[in-house]
Amino acid sequence: MTKQLLDLRIVSRRRLPGGMWHLVFSRADGEPMPAVLPGQFAQIRIDGTLLRRPISISDVPDPMHLHMLVRPVGDATSRLCSAAEGSVFNVLLPLGRGFTPAGAGDKVLLVGGGVGCAPLVMLCRSLVAAGAEVTVAIGGRTAADVDALPEMYPGARVAVSTDDGSRGHHGLVTTLPEMALDYSRICTCGPTPMMKAVARMARERGIDCEVSLENMMACGLGACLCCIEKTVEGNVCVCTEGPVFNINRLTWQ
Amino acid sequence: MAINLSVDLGAGLRLSNPVLTASGTFGYGREFADFMDLDRLGGFIVKGTTLEPREGNDAPRMVETPSGMINAVGLQNKGVDYFIEHIYPGLTRYSSEIIVNVSGKSVADYAAVADRLAPLDRIRAIEVNISCPNVKAGGMAFGTTTAGAAEVTAEVRRHWPRHLMVKLSPNVTDITEIALAAEGAGADSVSLINTLLAMAVDVERRRACISTVTGGLSGPAVRPVAVRMVWQVARKVGIPVVGLGGITCADDALQFIMAGARAIQIGTYNFVDPAVGVKVVDGIADYLERHGFSDISEITGII
Repeated sequence: MTKQLLDLRIVSRRRLPGGMWHLVFSRADGEPMPAVLPGQFAQIRIDGTLLRRPISISDVPDPMHLHMLVRPVGDATSRLCSAAEGSVFNVLLPLGRGFTPAGAGDKVLLVGGGVGCAPLVMLCRSLVAAGAEVTVAIGGRTAADVDALPEMYPGARVAVSTDDGSRGHHGLVTTLPEMALDYSRICTCGPTPMMKAVARMARERGIDCEVSLENMMACGLGACLCCIEKTVEGNVCVCTEGPVFNINRLTWQ
Repeated sequence: MAINLSVDLGAGLRLSNPVLTASGTFGYGREFADFMDLDRLGGFIVKGTTLEPREGNDAPRMVETPSGMINAVGLQNKGVDYFIEHIYPGLTRYSSEIIVNVSGKSVADYAAVADRLAPLDRIRAIEVNISCPNVKAGGMAFGTTTAGAAEVTAEVRRHWPRHLMVKLSPNVTDITEIALAAEGAGADSVSLINTLLAMAVDVERRRACISTVTGGLSGPAVRPVAVRMVWQVARKVGIPVVGLGGITCADDALQFIMAGARAIQIGTYNFVDPAVGVKVVDGIADYLERHGFSDISEITGII
């Protein structure tokens, strides 16, 4: 897939209850978005910082629009989340390798934590369209963190957990009853401890499992070798070999 | 009016324009092929190659700092034999010059890599890295003394038949002495600067931001230091100087050229704008035209 440098304009923005922002972009030149696979990401140039910031593409629901879910955690993401409608950002996309496609007859569990729920939106839509049976498990600290998320996964069975029990199941997402059902594959994105727990569970039960990593990154193109992850083949770039990895490639225990 | 951007760095290294991309910031070129015609560059310098494969340092390897970044990649590469078998054949399609950056743990390592690269006739030059701050043995250890710089340069000179560029460390008291030592030992050109030894602390976690604690600072933050060093070195040595350090645009490149650099390298900014290389080429041509010059040599070293 050809990577492109495009100017994208924010056409709508919405703050979700937990503090994340849902941003919708269109191309400044009015052309359609390039083809994007579920799990791929973009590198956004944001004024005030030198390096681009890697952000998951949460969906491309139609050829003219690209969605992102962004949590304002640092200077750059805060500036992106506070940018007015009409603001234009230079974006490098699509980057990395996404999730493996599935089809009819597959039973897939998606496990998301926090902003890690973002790439699972497009993944869920494509899996449902392909005829797979999809369950989405969403974890958060409180009701506010999770309340806007279930509606983003139409066609899937959605289960919610919160650390404080203010919504859904009381406890970590990995203690949801849905986690114990039978699946042909599990895909997860979120905090590393959560993904490691999900990966351990998948390995114990012999279920194929893919995780989406978020290492510190400079170029996003496989040139700087900064975002490496240790794998069974040695250090590899998360930006080009990932961000989605089958857990069998990782050295996680 | 036709503008001549071509530069001759001597010993058979003639570039169609003075813009190179720096080792470690441009992969093997193909990573950037979606964004520009690589043949529009004067050339590109492929990442640091060592005799044996190297896994590099542990993560985290980078942190952004004001107008720059600190990295400690640690020369991760698959070794010279892998390069020759799997990378070189794909590079021969380009008409721009291919320069290989060479690193080693010992003088014998550098010589062995030069030996293996010597039969590859599309590699018109090697850049000997005696300035990497991120590996314990070798690297910068050679580049911080005149004796070390001369020893590596002289030994590689015996094993490398074409253009020999030596990349200098700024982490020294007087960079002109190291440059003179490299010239005296047979270097055809010197490139400077490599990264400045630096450190940043994550105060919330109370630990260094990168795994090796210290690393190399690059980006616009180092540019004024680099321009100063290029100016100092260019006045002292007789061989061409290649300038790099924080170049983001044609005006930045022109600072180095006016300070005495015959050619320049773009490094960290390739990460920000993967098409910056050709923009700098076009920007330099525009500048010359705008100011009534017909040849890049008319402004080289005018300060």
